[in-house]
Amino acid sequence: MRFWRKVIAITGKDAVSEMRTKEIVPSVLVFALLVMVIFNFAFGARQEMMALIAPGVLWATFAFAGVLSLNRSFVLEKEDGCLEGLMVCPISREVIYVGKMLGSLLFLLIIEAIALPIFAFLFNLAVLSLQMVVITVLTTIGFVAVGTLFSALAVNTKARELVLPILFFPVVAPIIISAVRASGLALSGEPWSGLSPWLQIIGAFDAIFLVVSFLVFAFVIEQ
Amino acid sequence: MNMEGTNSASQAWAVEVQGLIKSFGSHFALRGIDLEVREGECVVICGANGAGKTTLIKVLAAIMNPSSGRVLVNGLNLKDNAEEVRRRIGVVTHQTFLYGNLTAYENLEFYCRMYDVPRRKERIHEVVAMLGMTSRLYERVGTLSRGMQQRLSIARCLLHKPAIMLLDEPETGLDQQAISMLWKALPTEGEGKCTIILTTLNLERGLELGERLLILDKGKIVYQGSTEALDVADLKEAYQHSMRVGV
Amino acid sequence: MKESYVARSGLLGLSFILLVVALYLVFIYVPTDETIGIVQRIFYFHVPVAWVAFLAFFIVFIGSILYLWKRESKWDIIASSSAEVGIVFTTLVLITGSIWAKPIWGVWWVWDARLTTSLVLWLIYVAYLIVRAYAAEEHRGARFAAVVAIVGFIDVPIVALAITLWRTQHPGPVIFQGGLAPSMLLTLLVCLAAFTTLYFLLLIQGISIKNGEGETKRLRELCSWGYNKGGE
Repeated sequence: MRFWRKVIAITGKDAVSEMRTKEIVPSVLVFALLVMVIFNFAFGARQEMMALIAPGVLWATFAFAGVLSLNRSFVLEKEDGCLEGLMVCPISREVIYVGKMLGSLLFLLIIEAIALPIFAFLFNLAVLSLQMVVITVLTTIGFVAVGTLFSALAVNTKARELVLPILFFPVVAPIIISAVRASGLALSGEPWSGLSPWLQIIGAFDAIFLVVSFLVFAFVIEQ
Repeated sequence: MNMEGTNSASQAWAVEVQGLIKSFGSHFALRGIDLEVREGECVVICGANGAGKTTLIKVLAAIMNPSSGRVLVNGLNLKDNAEEVRRRIGVVTHQTFLYGNLTAYENLEFYCRMYDVPRRKERIHEVVAMLGMTSRLYERVGTLSRGMQQRLSIARCLLHKPAIMLLDEPETGLDQQAISMLWKALPTEGEGKCTIILTTLNLERGLELGERLLILDKGKIVYQGSTEALDVADLKEAYQHSMRVGV
Repeated sequence: MKESYVARSGLLGLSFILLVVALYLVFIYVPTDETIGIVQRIFYFHVPVAWVAFLAFFIVFIGSILYLWKRESKWDIIASSSAEVGIVFTTLVLITGSIWAKPIWGVWWVWDARLTTSLVLWLIYVAYLIVRAYAAEEHRGARFAAVVAIVGFIDVPIVALAITLWRTQHPGPVIFQGGLAPSMLLTLLVCLAAFTTLYFLLLIQGISIKNGEGETKRLRELCSWGYNKGGE
């Protein structure tokens, strides 16, 4: 119980900080919208094309937005040595991992919740189904599971904004592929059974990498 | 000086370090440190940049593992009881560990939760009153002056009533007035005498504050002694000599 | 020192012999494939090189786990040397796959399941090497790289699974199918042995170079320390 109380304290602290500065959610949201618009210009605007490219555009947008948001996660801790301040506390390193991860998850879900309806509007597609919500939530969990680990790593390197995407994209490639395929199927009205192999891949990825990142996080933030 | 403490004697040592070596790959930051600090003592460690002061503090704070050697804090072995050890230690460095976007109160409340401090609100008010910062409690930390931030950092450090305080060049970036306010804020009497280990670049300050002085150079203790009978000029010569001889 | 020199020379000799034999088998001994033609011979390089690329990554994985567990730099040296050899071999996989694709399908690149997985593997190797190079301090770089290797290695099977599932739903060109005649099998096995030996040779060379660098650094440290030995 002590574990979760401290985790919530860290997540809460991030949430309060974000509400006050509005550094992450609004800017990443605007970025997501810009990316969607650019993809639209890039691929032409015919309606038949829309249905084909929509899942890809959606997940490319969320992947880029995810990287931006995750980058900020540990930058705030670097200022004034706050990460060291956390390490000096009698808390396990995993508390920091879970706390930061839940914070990033919260921010990304908020961004996606706002971006999805706008996407539906721009692309004239019915993206607001239960299937799409499940796909989005599961994939976002995968993003933050791995992304939090890599964000803590990247913040200690010389070109942090570049290192995070270089680490992040190859590793989450399987869930991006699965999310795109599953979204495509969901948008064309496939039943759950059609989606299930893709959802299984995303689910397995989430489970595996939540555990692996949890175990390995201490090595990354160690001095 | 005694190297081995017996079981009963070791209870009196707040901090006991035996043969501490810390290496990063092929670079040795600490090359065999032996040190005992009594409860309630104030030890000042001086040394040039790169001498190993910060590394020593980080090891004592249980955020860095020794490459070899033994470190005991309040009788607890650092290796097996890192979390317990951290519970009894307060750390202040030139970085404040405070979140600029949150208010002073929110920062202190956060650290109360991290340290499992009971009756948070009361304790925060208590500590802040001790440091004379009550009027600034609900301001955002980012708007406070550097000197105030450092004082708040000390407040943060005192919340959980640590038995040992580790201060790593806390006066960095502060002006004279802020520095004297800082030292006034350190509990040397009253709250139960706290053991203090303090590092500084400033030799004169060190002699004023501490009961015992250590000089660290290239990862080794090159001088150790009580501060009472010391002459600053003599010491400066010895200190600079060891610095000159190094490459 | 002497034993490792003997071992390395032995390995060099063995490697040379195997490569010469392999070249003979590939270009002279094995009959030309009826359907595809001469280009098919690249298969004898492509498959062993791909095998070595994955073997190298496995060694990086094991080395990384041991480094994080034991904290001895020798494991890190093995892991990073293997990564350097591994990325070269992975690049060769992509190049040989490309050379195959061009005459057969008329395109330089095909999103074949295995080739695409190799591309992701290549990207993970790149991430490993970049994290090492860009870390703020060297010892942290070694630890970061080890973490990347562990996450990457666990990720690659999931990547392969996702990509294979993707490709079976949208089938496209496949690089290798079908059975092997005995002469082809022999050639393949010899090439496999040749490239594996070459890998170990390059790995050991890389390790000895890094050991040399480590020694130099240690000696330099000792010299600078020697100036100020203090009360010893």
